[in-house]
Amino acid sequence: MILCGMIIGKAAAIFDGKHATLIQAFGPEARGSAASAQVTLSDEPIGYPYVRRPDVLVVMSPDAYTTFLPTLKEGGTLLYESDLVQPDHQVPAGVKKWGVPATRLAEELGRRLVMNIVMVGFFAATTQLVSYEAAKKAVLDSVPKGTEELNVRAFEAGYNFGRELLVGEGHRVA
Amino acid sequence: MHADPKGVLTGLHFMDGDHAACEGAIAAGCRFAAGYPITPSTEVVERFAARIPLVGGVFIQMEDEIASSIAILGAAWAGQKVMTVTSGPGLSLMMEHIGLAAMTETPCVFVDVQRAGPSTGLPTLPAQGDMMQVRWGSHGDYGIIALSPNSPQECFDLAVKAFNLAELYRTPVFLMMDEVVGHMTERVAIPKAEEIEVVPRRWTARKPGEYKAYEPGEDLVPEMVKAGDGYRIHVTGLTHDERGYPAMNPQAQDRLVRRLVEKIRRNAHKLVDVRGDHLEDAEVVVVSYGITSRIAAAAVEEARQAGRKVGHLRLVIVWPFPEKVVAELAARVKAFVVPELNLGQMVYEVQRVVAGKAPVVSVPHAGGTVHQVDDILQKILEVAP
Repeated sequence: MILCGMIIGKAAAIFDGKHATLIQAFGPEARGSAASAQVTLSDEPIGYPYVRRPDVLVVMSPDAYTTFLPTLKEGGTLLYESDLVQPDHQVPAGVKKWGVPATRLAEELGRRLVMNIVMVGFFAATTQLVSYEAAKKAVLDSVPKGTEELNVRAFEAGYNFGRELLVGEGHRVA
Repeated sequence: MHADPKGVLTGLHFMDGDHAACEGAIAAGCRFAAGYPITPSTEVVERFAARIPLVGGVFIQMEDEIASSIAILGAAWAGQKVMTVTSGPGLSLMMEHIGLAAMTETPCVFVDVQRAGPSTGLPTLPAQGDMMQVRWGSHGDYGIIALSPNSPQECFDLAVKAFNLAELYRTPVFLMMDEVVGHMTERVAIPKAEEIEVVPRRWTARKPGEYKAYEPGEDLVPEMVKAGDGYRIHVTGLTHDERGYPAMNPQAQDRLVRRLVEKIRRNAHKLVDVRGDHLEDAEVVVVSYGITSRIAAAAVEEARQAGRKVGHLRLVIVWPFPEKVVAELAARVKAFVVPELNLGQMVYEVQRVVAGKAPVVSVPHAGGTVHQVDDILQKILEVAP
Protein backbone atom coordinates (compact mmCIF):
# COMPACT_ATOMS: atom_id res chain seq x y z
CA MET A 1 0.00 0.00 0.00
CA ILE A 2 2.85 2.31 0.89
CA LEU A 3 4.50 1.47 -2.44
CA CYS A 4 1.22 2.31 -4.23
CA GLY A 5 1.27 5.74 -2.61
CA MET A 6 4.94 6.15 -3.40
CA ILE A 7 4.41 5.35 -7.09
CA ILE A 8 1.38 7.60 -7.46
CA GLY A 9 3.17 10.44 -5.68
CA LYS A 10 6.28 9.95 -7.76
CA ALA A 11 4.24 9.87 -10.98
CA ALA A 12 2.71 13.23 -10.12
CA ALA A 13 5.75 14.94 -8.57
CA ILE A 14 8.53 13.73 -10.84
CA PHE A 15 6.95 12.69 -14.14
CA ASP A 16 3.81 14.87 -14.36
CA GLY A 17 5.55 17.95 -12.90
CA LYS A 18 2.90 18.53 -10.23
CA HIS A 19 3.16 18.60 -6.45
CA ALA A 20 2.73 15.53 -4.27
CA THR A 21 3.10 14.80 -0.59
CA LEU A 22 3.09 11.27 0.77
CA ILE A 23 2.57 10.56 4.45
CA GLN A 24 2.99 7.03 5.68
CA ALA A 25 0.76 6.34 8.63
CA PHE A 26 2.00 3.74 11.03
CA GLY A 27 2.33 3.24 14.74
CA PRO A 28 4.78 0.94 16.51
CA GLU A 29 2.02 -1.67 16.40
CA ALA A 30 1.58 -1.29 12.66
CA ARG A 31 5.02 -2.43 11.55
CA GLY A 32 4.41 -5.50 9.42
CA SER A 33 0.64 -5.32 9.66
CA ALA A 34 -1.89 -2.69 8.63
CA ALA A 35 -0.41 0.36 6.97
CA SER A 36 -1.84 3.32 5.16
CA ALA A 37 -0.47 5.92 2.81
CA GLN A 38 -1.92 9.40 2.46
CA VAL A 39 -1.16 11.15 -0.81
CA THR A 40 -1.97 14.75 -1.64
CA LEU A 41 -1.76 15.71 -5.31
CA SER A 42 -1.92 19.34 -6.35
CA ASP A 43 -1.03 21.83 -9.05
CA GLU A 44 0.07 24.20 -6.24
CA PRO A 45 2.64 23.69 -3.46
CA ILE A 46 1.09 21.69 -0.62
CA GLY A 47 0.72 23.13 2.89
CA TYR A 48 -1.21 20.96 5.30
CA PRO A 49 0.44 17.56 4.89
CA TYR A 50 -2.18 15.10 6.15
CA VAL A 51 -5.26 13.84 4.31
CA ARG A 52 -8.29 14.22 6.55
CA ARG A 53 -11.12 13.73 4.01
CA PRO A 54 -9.79 11.90 0.94
CA ASP A 55 -11.33 12.51 -2.48
CA VAL A 56 -10.19 9.02 -3.41
CA LEU A 57 -10.04 6.07 -1.02
CA VAL A 58 -8.21 2.91 -2.13
CA VAL A 59 -8.81 -0.14 0.06
CA MET A 60 -7.30 -3.58 -0.30
CA SER A 61 -8.76 -5.21 2.83
CA PRO A 62 -12.05 -5.34 4.76
CA ASP A 63 -10.30 -3.75 7.77
CA ALA A 64 -9.15 -0.80 5.70
CA TYR A 65 -12.65 -0.43 4.29
CA THR A 66 -14.23 -0.31 7.74
CA THR A 67 -11.58 2.00 9.20
CA PHE A 68 -11.33 4.55 6.44
CA LEU A 69 -14.74 4.61 4.70
CA PRO A 70 -16.12 7.20 7.17
CA THR A 71 -13.33 9.60 6.13
CA LEU A 72 -14.22 9.53 2.41
CA LYS A 73 -15.36 12.88 1.12
CA GLU A 74 -18.93 13.32 -0.09
CA GLY A 75 -19.07 12.59 -3.79
CA GLY A 76 -15.64 10.97 -3.59
CA THR A 77 -14.32 7.84 -5.23
CA LEU A 78 -13.93 4.40 -3.66
CA LEU A 79 -11.50 2.00 -5.33
CA TYR A 80 -11.45 -1.48 -3.85
CA GLU A 81 -10.09 -4.99 -4.26
CA SER A 82 -13.33 -6.62 -5.39
CA ASP A 83 -12.55 -10.16 -4.19
CA LEU A 84 -11.60 -8.94 -0.70
CA VAL A 85 -13.89 -5.98 -0.09
CA GLN A 86 -17.66 -5.88 -0.53
CA PRO A 87 -18.93 -2.31 -0.32
CA ASP A 88 -22.19 -2.24 1.66
CA HIS A 89 -24.97 0.21 2.47
CA GLN A 90 -22.52 2.35 4.44
CA VAL A 91 -21.11 3.81 1.23
CA PRO A 92 -22.73 7.23 1.01
CA ALA A 93 -24.92 7.99 -1.98
CA GLY A 94 -23.03 9.88 -4.66
CA VAL A 95 -19.75 8.05 -4.05
CA LYS A 96 -18.30 6.50 -7.22
CA LYS A 97 -17.41 2.85 -6.59
CA TRP A 98 -15.03 0.90 -8.78
CA GLY A 99 -13.66 -2.53 -7.91
CA VAL A 100 -10.84 -4.56 -9.39
CA PRO A 101 -9.90 -8.19 -8.60
CA ALA A 102 -6.29 -7.10 -8.15
CA THR A 103 -5.15 -10.27 -6.38
CA ARG A 104 -6.63 -12.53 -9.06
CA LEU A 105 -5.15 -10.46 -11.90
CA ALA A 106 -1.78 -10.58 -10.15
CA GLU A 107 -2.02 -14.34 -9.69
CA GLU A 108 -2.80 -14.72 -13.38
CA LEU A 109 0.49 -12.93 -14.07
CA GLY A 110 2.27 -15.42 -11.83
CA ARG A 111 3.02 -13.31 -8.75
CA ARG A 112 0.40 -12.40 -6.19
CA LEU A 113 2.82 -9.82 -4.81
CA VAL A 114 2.18 -7.43 -7.71
CA MET A 115 -1.46 -6.88 -6.74
CA ASN A 116 -0.52 -3.40 -5.52
CA ILE A 117 0.89 -2.51 -8.93
CA VAL A 118 -2.35 -3.74 -10.52
CA MET A 119 -4.09 -1.28 -8.20
CA VAL A 120 -1.79 1.56 -9.30
CA GLY A 121 -2.81 0.90 -12.91
CA PHE A 122 -6.46 0.77 -11.91
CA PHE A 123 -6.07 4.03 -9.98
CA ALA A 124 -4.45 5.77 -12.96
CA ALA A 125 -7.19 4.59 -15.35
CA THR A 126 -10.19 5.38 -13.16
CA THR A 127 -9.16 8.63 -11.47
CA GLN A 128 -7.01 10.04 -14.29
CA LEU A 129 -5.18 12.03 -11.59
CA VAL A 130 -1.84 10.85 -12.93
CA SER A 131 -1.09 10.24 -16.58
CA TYR A 132 -0.59 6.77 -17.98
CA GLU A 133 2.96 7.60 -19.05
CA ALA A 134 3.94 9.12 -15.72
CA ALA A 135 2.47 6.26 -13.73
CA LYS A 136 4.23 3.68 -15.88
CA LYS A 137 7.56 5.51 -15.53
CA ALA A 138 7.04 5.73 -11.78
CA VAL A 139 6.41 1.98 -11.61
CA LEU A 140 9.62 1.28 -13.53
CA ASP A 141 11.51 3.68 -11.28
CA SER A 142 10.23 2.09 -8.07
CA VAL A 143 10.37 -1.67 -8.48
CA PRO A 144 13.40 -3.94 -7.94
CA LYS A 145 15.69 -4.53 -10.91
CA GLY A 146 14.77 -7.67 -12.82
CA THR A 147 11.06 -7.34 -12.03
CA GLU A 148 10.30 -4.50 -14.43
CA GLU A 149 8.54 -6.58 -17.06
CA LEU A 150 6.28 -8.33 -14.56
CA ASN A 151 5.40 -5.06 -12.87
CA VAL A 152 4.64 -3.26 -16.12
CA ARG A 153 2.32 -6.13 -17.07
CA ALA A 154 0.64 -5.84 -13.68
CA PHE A 155 0.27 -2.09 -14.15
CA GLU A 156 -1.25 -2.55 -17.59
CA ALA A 157 -3.59 -5.29 -16.38
CA GLY A 158 -4.98 -2.90 -13.77
CA TYR A 159 -5.03 0.01 -16.19
CA ASN A 160 -6.88 -1.91 -18.90
CA PHE A 161 -9.35 -3.33 -16.40
CA GLY A 162 -10.15 0.19 -15.18
CA ARG A 163 -10.41 1.59 -18.67
CA GLU A 164 -12.81 -1.12 -19.82
CA LEU A 165 -14.87 -0.65 -16.68
CA LEU A 166 -15.22 3.05 -17.40
CA VAL A 167 -15.97 2.51 -21.08
CA GLY A 168 -18.57 -0.10 -20.10
CA GLU A 169 -20.25 2.49 -17.88
CA GLY A 170 -20.30 4.95 -20.74
CA HIS A 171 -17.58 7.29 -19.41
CA ARG A 172 -15.36 9.06 -21.85
CA VAL A 173 -11.79 7.79 -21.45
CA ALA A 174 -8.70 9.66 -22.57
CA MET B 1 34.70 25.07 -2.87
CA HIS B 2 32.21 22.71 -4.49
CA ALA B 3 30.78 19.39 -3.39
CA ASP B 4 32.64 16.21 -4.26
CA PRO B 5 30.57 14.73 -7.12
CA LYS B 6 31.16 11.25 -5.71
CA GLY B 7 28.68 11.93 -2.91
CA VAL B 8 26.04 13.87 -4.84
CA LEU B 9 22.94 12.11 -6.20
CA THR B 10 22.12 14.80 -8.76
CA GLY B 11 18.57 14.61 -10.08
CA LEU B 12 14.91 14.61 -9.14
CA HIS B 13 13.88 12.29 -6.35
CA PHE B 14 10.66 11.42 -4.56
CA MET B 15 12.25 11.12 -1.16
CA ASP B 16 11.42 11.52 2.52
CA GLY B 17 12.98 14.17 4.72
CA ASP B 18 15.17 11.74 6.65
CA HIS B 19 16.74 10.43 3.45
CA ALA B 20 17.06 13.95 2.06
CA ALA B 21 18.87 15.13 5.21
CA CYS B 22 21.27 12.20 4.81
CA GLU B 23 21.92 13.12 1.17
CA GLY B 24 22.48 16.74 2.17
CA ALA B 25 25.03 15.65 4.76
CA ILE B 26 26.90 13.48 2.26
CA ALA B 27 26.81 16.24 -0.37
CA ALA B 28 28.22 18.66 2.22
CA GLY B 29 31.18 16.36 2.74
CA CYS B 30 30.16 14.46 5.86
CA ARG B 31 32.20 11.27 5.87
CA PHE B 32 31.71 10.13 9.45
CA ALA B 33 28.56 9.59 11.44
CA ALA B 34 27.95 7.77 14.67
CA GLY B 35 24.50 7.14 15.99
CA TYR B 36 22.13 5.08 18.01
CA PRO B 37 18.99 4.57 15.91
CA ILE B 38 15.82 6.10 17.29
CA THR B 39 12.42 6.73 15.71
CA PRO B 40 11.69 8.96 13.82
CA SER B 41 15.30 9.63 12.84
CA THR B 42 16.40 6.06 12.07
CA GLU B 43 16.04 6.39 8.30
CA VAL B 44 18.76 9.05 8.26
CA VAL B 45 21.44 6.72 9.62
CA GLU B 46 20.00 3.69 7.84
CA ARG B 47 20.62 5.43 4.54
CA PHE B 48 23.97 6.83 5.70
CA ALA B 49 25.14 3.35 6.71
CA ALA B 50 24.19 1.99 3.28
CA ARG B 51 25.57 4.89 1.24
CA ILE B 52 28.70 6.04 3.01
CA PRO B 53 30.99 3.07 2.29
CA LEU B 54 30.48 3.84 -1.42
CA VAL B 55 31.94 7.34 -1.01
CA GLY B 56 34.78 6.44 1.31
CA GLY B 57 33.27 7.23 4.70
CA VAL B 58 32.36 5.47 7.91
CA PHE B 59 29.22 4.94 9.95
CA ILE B 60 29.41 3.44 13.41
CA GLN B 61 26.36 2.32 15.31
CA MET B 62 27.39 3.11 18.88
CA GLU B 63 26.14 1.62 22.12
CA ASP B 64 24.11 4.73 22.96
CA GLU B 65 23.71 8.42 22.28
CA ILE B 66 26.36 9.44 24.80
CA ALA B 67 28.95 7.43 22.90
CA SER B 68 27.63 8.62 19.52
CA SER B 69 28.00 12.27 20.45
CA ILE B 70 31.60 11.87 21.65
CA ALA B 71 32.62 9.66 18.72
CA ILE B 72 31.80 12.42 16.27
CA LEU B 73 33.93 14.91 18.20
CA GLY B 74 36.89 12.55 17.98
CA ALA B 75 36.38 12.09 14.25
CA ALA B 76 36.14 15.87 13.76
CA TRP B 77 39.54 16.32 15.41
CA ALA B 78 40.84 13.61 13.07
CA GLY B 79 39.82 15.92 10.22
CA GLN B 80 36.39 14.65 9.21
CA LYS B 81 33.10 16.43 8.72
CA VAL B 82 30.79 14.68 11.16
CA MET B 83 27.25 14.27 12.35
CA THR B 84 25.10 12.33 14.72
CA VAL B 85 21.37 11.80 14.36
CA THR B 86 18.76 11.40 17.04
CA SER B 87 15.40 12.38 18.51
CA GLY B 88 14.42 13.98 21.82
CA PRO B 89 15.35 11.18 24.25
CA GLY B 90 18.72 10.80 22.55
CA LEU B 91 19.30 14.53 22.40
CA SER B 92 18.79 14.66 26.17
CA LEU B 93 21.61 12.14 26.57
CA MET B 94 23.91 14.10 24.27
CA MET B 95 23.82 17.32 26.25
CA GLU B 96 27.17 16.82 27.99
CA HIS B 97 28.96 16.43 24.67
CA ILE B 98 27.11 19.28 23.06
CA GLY B 99 28.71 21.41 25.76
CA LEU B 100 32.07 19.78 25.08
CA ALA B 101 31.68 20.50 21.34
CA ALA B 102 30.89 24.14 22.12
CA MET B 103 33.79 24.44 24.56
CA THR B 104 36.34 22.76 22.27
CA GLU B 105 34.90 24.54 19.20
CA THR B 106 34.48 21.32 17.31
CA PRO B 107 32.59 21.63 13.99
CA CYS B 108 29.77 19.09 14.11
CA VAL B 109 26.14 18.65 13.10
CA PHE B 110 23.37 17.18 15.22
CA VAL B 111 20.24 16.12 13.37
CA ASP B 112 17.25 16.06 15.73
CA VAL B 113 14.06 14.62 14.25
CA GLN B 114 11.69 15.80 16.93
CA ARG B 115 8.95 13.63 18.35
CA ALA B 116 6.49 14.37 21.12
CA GLY B 117 7.94 14.23 24.65
CA PRO B 118 8.82 14.46 27.45
CA SER B 119 10.67 11.17 27.90
CA THR B 120 9.69 8.40 25.49
CA GLY B 121 6.50 10.31 24.62
CA LEU B 122 5.06 9.54 21.20
CA PRO B 123 7.89 7.93 19.24
CA THR B 124 6.20 8.00 15.84
CA LEU B 125 4.44 11.36 16.08
CA PRO B 126 5.66 14.93 15.70
CA ALA B 127 6.43 17.80 18.02
CA GLN B 128 8.68 20.84 18.16
CA GLY B 129 9.47 20.41 21.82
CA ASP B 130 13.28 20.51 21.68
CA MET B 131 13.67 24.12 20.57
CA MET B 132 14.73 25.53 23.94
CA GLN B 133 16.65 22.42 24.98
CA VAL B 134 18.80 22.71 21.90
CA ARG B 135 19.67 26.30 22.77
CA TRP B 136 20.14 25.97 26.50
CA GLY B 137 20.37 22.25 27.25
CA SER B 138 24.02 21.93 28.20
CA HIS B 139 25.31 23.79 31.23
CA GLY B 140 27.22 27.04 31.05
CA ASP B 141 27.25 29.78 28.43
CA TYR B 142 27.79 29.13 24.75
CA GLY B 143 26.21 29.81 21.38
CA ILE B 144 24.81 27.37 18.85
CA ILE B 145 23.08 27.54 15.47
CA ALA B 146 19.79 25.74 14.70
CA LEU B 147 17.92 25.41 11.40
CA SER B 148 14.35 24.29 10.90
CA PRO B 149 13.35 22.72 7.55
CA ASN B 150 9.69 22.46 6.53
CA SER B 151 10.00 20.01 3.62
CA PRO B 152 12.21 17.18 2.39
CA GLN B 153 13.76 19.63 -0.09
CA GLU B 154 14.77 21.87 2.79
CA CYS B 155 16.07 18.87 4.73
CA PHE B 156 18.58 18.48 1.91
CA ASP B 157 19.33 22.19 1.46
CA LEU B 158 19.60 22.98 5.16
CA ALA B 159 21.70 19.90 5.91
CA VAL B 160 24.26 21.33 3.48
CA LYS B 161 23.94 24.71 5.13
CA ALA B 162 24.28 23.20 8.62
CA PHE B 163 27.62 21.64 7.72
CA ASN B 164 28.83 24.87 6.18
CA LEU B 165 27.90 26.89 9.25
CA ALA B 166 29.53 24.32 11.55
CA GLU B 167 32.80 24.85 9.67
CA LEU B 168 32.48 28.64 9.52
CA TYR B 169 31.75 29.10 13.22
CA ARG B 170 33.25 25.95 14.71
CA THR B 171 30.20 25.29 16.79
CA PRO B 172 27.59 22.56 17.07
CA VAL B 173 24.86 23.14 14.47
CA PHE B 174 21.43 21.55 14.82
CA LEU B 175 19.10 20.48 12.04
CA MET B 176 15.78 20.65 13.86
CA MET B 177 13.45 18.43 11.88
CA ASP B 178 10.27 16.83 13.17
CA GLU B 179 8.52 13.53 12.56
CA VAL B 180 6.28 14.88 9.78
CA VAL B 181 9.08 16.51 7.83
CA GLY B 182 11.30 13.47 8.40
CA HIS B 183 8.76 10.92 7.23
CA MET B 184 6.95 12.90 4.54
CA THR B 185 7.90 12.14 0.95
CA GLU B 186 8.03 14.90 -1.64
CA ARG B 187 10.03 15.92 -4.66
CA VAL B 188 13.65 16.66 -3.80
CA ALA B 189 15.85 18.25 -6.44
CA ILE B 190 19.53 17.56 -5.81
CA PRO B 191 21.69 19.97 -7.83
CA LYS B 192 24.90 19.18 -9.65
CA ALA B 193 27.97 18.93 -7.42
CA GLU B 194 29.45 22.10 -8.91
CA GLU B 195 26.31 24.01 -7.92
CA ILE B 196 26.60 23.01 -4.25
CA GLU B 197 28.79 25.41 -2.26
CA VAL B 198 30.71 23.62 0.45
CA VAL B 199 32.73 25.37 3.17
CA PRO B 200 36.05 23.62 3.87
CA ARG B 201 37.55 23.37 7.34
CA ARG B 202 39.41 26.47 8.41
CA TRP B 203 42.85 24.88 8.43
CA THR B 204 45.68 27.06 9.68
CA ALA B 205 48.46 28.16 7.36
CA ARG B 206 50.78 28.62 10.32
CA LYS B 207 53.63 26.27 11.08
CA PRO B 208 53.88 24.10 14.19
CA GLY B 209 55.38 26.26 16.94
CA GLU B 210 53.70 29.43 15.61
CA TYR B 211 50.17 28.08 15.79
CA LYS B 212 47.95 28.50 18.84
CA ALA B 213 44.91 26.25 18.87
CA TYR B 214 42.52 28.83 20.35
CA GLU B 215 43.82 32.12 19.04
CA PRO B 216 40.75 33.71 17.48
CA GLY B 217 40.64 35.40 14.09
CA GLU B 218 38.84 38.69 13.41
CA ASP B 219 35.45 36.96 13.44
CA LEU B 220 36.38 35.40 16.82
CA VAL B 221 36.79 31.93 15.29
CA PRO B 222 40.19 30.20 15.65
CA GLU B 223 41.84 28.18 12.87
CA MET B 224 42.05 24.44 13.15
CA VAL B 225 44.52 21.60 12.78
CA LYS B 226 43.95 17.90 13.00
CA ALA B 227 45.54 15.05 14.85
CA GLY B 228 48.53 13.65 12.98
CA ASP B 229 49.57 16.90 11.26
CA GLY B 230 52.52 17.38 13.59
CA TYR B 231 51.09 20.18 15.72
CA ARG B 232 51.21 19.90 19.51
CA ILE B 233 47.68 20.67 20.56
CA HIS B 234 45.63 20.22 23.67
CA VAL B 235 41.86 19.92 23.46
CA THR B 236 39.99 20.06 26.74
CA GLY B 237 36.59 20.77 28.19
CA LEU B 238 38.31 22.70 30.97
CA THR B 239 38.51 26.43 30.64
CA HIS B 240 41.62 26.99 28.55
CA ASP B 241 43.96 29.68 27.27
CA GLU B 242 44.81 30.39 23.62
CA ARG B 243 47.22 27.45 23.55
CA GLY B 244 44.39 25.17 24.67
CA TYR B 245 45.89 24.45 28.10
CA PRO B 246 43.74 24.56 31.23
CA ALA B 247 43.64 28.03 32.80
CA MET B 248 41.71 27.92 36.04
CA ASN B 249 40.97 31.57 36.70
CA PRO B 250 38.14 34.05 36.18
CA GLN B 251 40.05 36.08 33.57
CA ALA B 252 40.55 33.08 31.28
CA GLN B 253 36.94 32.04 31.88
CA ASP B 254 35.66 35.48 30.93
CA ARG B 255 37.81 35.70 27.81
CA LEU B 256 36.93 32.21 26.54
CA VAL B 257 33.26 31.93 27.39
CA ARG B 258 32.48 35.46 26.30
CA ARG B 259 34.02 34.63 22.93
CA LEU B 260 32.02 31.39 22.59
CA VAL B 261 28.86 33.43 22.98
CA GLU B 262 30.05 36.46 21.02
CA LYS B 263 31.23 34.57 17.94
CA ILE B 264 27.58 33.77 17.26
CA ARG B 265 26.07 36.97 18.67
CA ARG B 266 28.41 39.31 16.82
CA ASN B 267 27.88 37.42 13.55
CA ALA B 268 24.11 37.13 14.07
CA HIS B 269 23.38 39.54 11.18
CA LYS B 270 25.07 37.06 8.83
CA LEU B 271 22.99 34.27 10.33
CA VAL B 272 19.57 35.70 9.51
CA ASP B 273 17.58 33.33 7.33
CA VAL B 274 13.87 34.11 7.34
CA ARG B 275 11.11 34.02 4.73
CA GLY B 276 8.53 36.78 4.74
CA ASP B 277 5.11 36.74 3.13
CA HIS B 278 2.74 39.72 2.98
CA LEU B 279 4.84 41.59 5.55
CA GLU B 280 4.62 44.93 3.66
CA ASP B 281 1.09 45.74 4.76
CA ALA B 282 0.82 43.36 7.71
CA GLU B 283 -0.86 44.48 10.90
CA VAL B 284 -0.62 41.00 12.40
CA VAL B 285 2.40 38.76 11.87
CA VAL B 286 2.38 35.01 12.34
CA VAL B 287 5.84 33.76 13.37
CA SER B 288 6.47 30.08 12.73
CA TYR B 289 9.11 27.51 11.85
CA GLY B 290 9.39 23.94 10.58
CA ILE B 291 6.31 21.92 9.75
CA THR B 292 4.07 24.43 11.54
CA SER B 293 5.01 27.06 8.97
CA ARG B 294 3.12 25.14 6.29
CA ILE B 295 -0.07 25.18 8.33
CA ALA B 296 0.55 28.80 9.31
CA ALA B 297 0.98 29.79 5.66
CA ALA B 298 -2.42 28.27 4.83
CA ALA B 299 -4.02 30.11 7.79
CA VAL B 300 -2.45 33.41 6.68
CA GLU B 301 -3.82 32.99 3.15
CA GLU B 302 -7.31 32.28 4.50
CA ALA B 303 -7.15 35.29 6.81
CA ARG B 304 -6.12 37.52 3.92
CA GLN B 305 -8.99 36.19 1.84
CA ALA B 306 -11.18 37.26 4.75
CA GLY B 307 -9.76 40.75 4.35
CA ARG B 308 -7.32 40.78 7.28
CA LYS B 309 -3.89 42.33 6.88
CA VAL B 310 -1.82 39.40 8.03
CA GLY B 311 1.76 38.50 7.22
CA HIS B 312 3.91 35.47 7.83
CA LEU B 313 7.48 35.37 9.09
CA ARG B 314 9.07 31.94 8.85
CA LEU B 315 12.27 31.28 10.74
CA VAL B 316 14.62 29.08 8.72
CA ILE B 317 17.53 29.74 11.06
CA VAL B 318 15.84 29.68 14.46
CA TRP B 319 18.99 30.12 16.58
CA PRO B 320 20.42 32.68 16.73
CA PHE B 321 16.98 34.22 16.95
CA PRO B 322 16.53 36.96 14.30
CA GLU B 323 16.15 39.74 16.86
CA LYS B 324 16.55 42.65 14.46
CA VAL B 325 13.90 41.38 12.04
CA VAL B 326 11.35 40.82 14.79
CA ALA B 327 12.18 44.11 16.54
CA GLU B 328 11.63 46.05 13.28
CA LEU B 329 8.26 44.37 12.82
CA ALA B 330 7.35 45.05 16.46
CA ALA B 331 7.77 48.77 15.80
CA ARG B 332 4.98 48.78 13.21
CA VAL B 333 2.58 45.86 13.65
CA LYS B 334 -0.29 45.44 16.06
CA ALA B 335 0.13 41.82 17.18
CA PHE B 336 2.10 38.62 16.76
CA VAL B 337 0.70 35.10 16.64
CA VAL B 338 3.12 32.24 17.35
CA PRO B 339 1.92 28.69 16.62
CA GLU B 340 4.30 25.87 17.52
CA LEU B 341 4.10 22.17 18.33
CA ASN B 342 4.86 22.69 21.99
CA LEU B 343 3.14 24.47 24.84
CA GLY B 344 5.18 27.64 24.35
CA GLN B 345 8.89 27.87 23.56
CA MET B 346 9.96 30.20 20.75
CA VAL B 347 7.01 32.44 21.67
CA TYR B 348 9.12 33.55 24.65
CA GLU B 349 11.85 34.72 22.28
CA VAL B 350 9.29 36.69 20.29
CA GLN B 351 7.94 38.22 23.52
CA ARG B 352 11.47 39.06 24.69
CA VAL B 353 12.28 40.91 21.49
CA VAL B 354 8.87 42.54 21.04
CA ALA B 355 9.30 43.77 24.62
CA GLY B 356 5.72 44.83 25.20
CA LYS B 357 5.35 46.89 22.00
CA ALA B 358 2.58 44.54 20.79
CA PRO B 359 0.66 41.58 22.16
CA VAL B 360 2.27 38.23 21.40
CA VAL B 361 -0.26 35.39 21.28
CA SER B 362 0.79 31.77 21.58
CA VAL B 363 -1.01 29.00 19.67
CA PRO B 364 0.25 26.02 21.64
CA HIS B 365 -0.11 22.36 20.70
CA ALA B 366 1.12 19.43 22.78
CA GLY B 367 2.24 17.50 19.68
CA GLY B 368 1.26 14.15 18.22
CA THR B 369 -0.05 15.80 15.06
CA VAL B 370 0.11 19.25 13.52
CA HIS B 371 -2.20 22.21 14.12
CA GLN B 372 -5.41 22.43 12.16
CA VAL B 373 -5.44 25.47 9.88
CA ASP B 374 -8.48 26.67 11.83
CA ASP B 375 -6.60 26.65 15.17
CA ILE B 376 -4.22 29.28 13.82
CA LEU B 377 -6.83 31.11 11.76
CA GLN B 378 -9.07 31.62 14.81
CA LYS B 379 -6.21 33.20 16.80
CA ILE B 380 -5.40 35.46 13.85
CA LEU B 381 -9.03 36.59 13.59
CA GLU B 382 -9.15 37.28 17.34
CA VAL B 383 -6.28 39.76 17.16
CA ALA B 384 -6.54 41.07 13.59
CA PRO B 385 -8.48 44.31 13.17
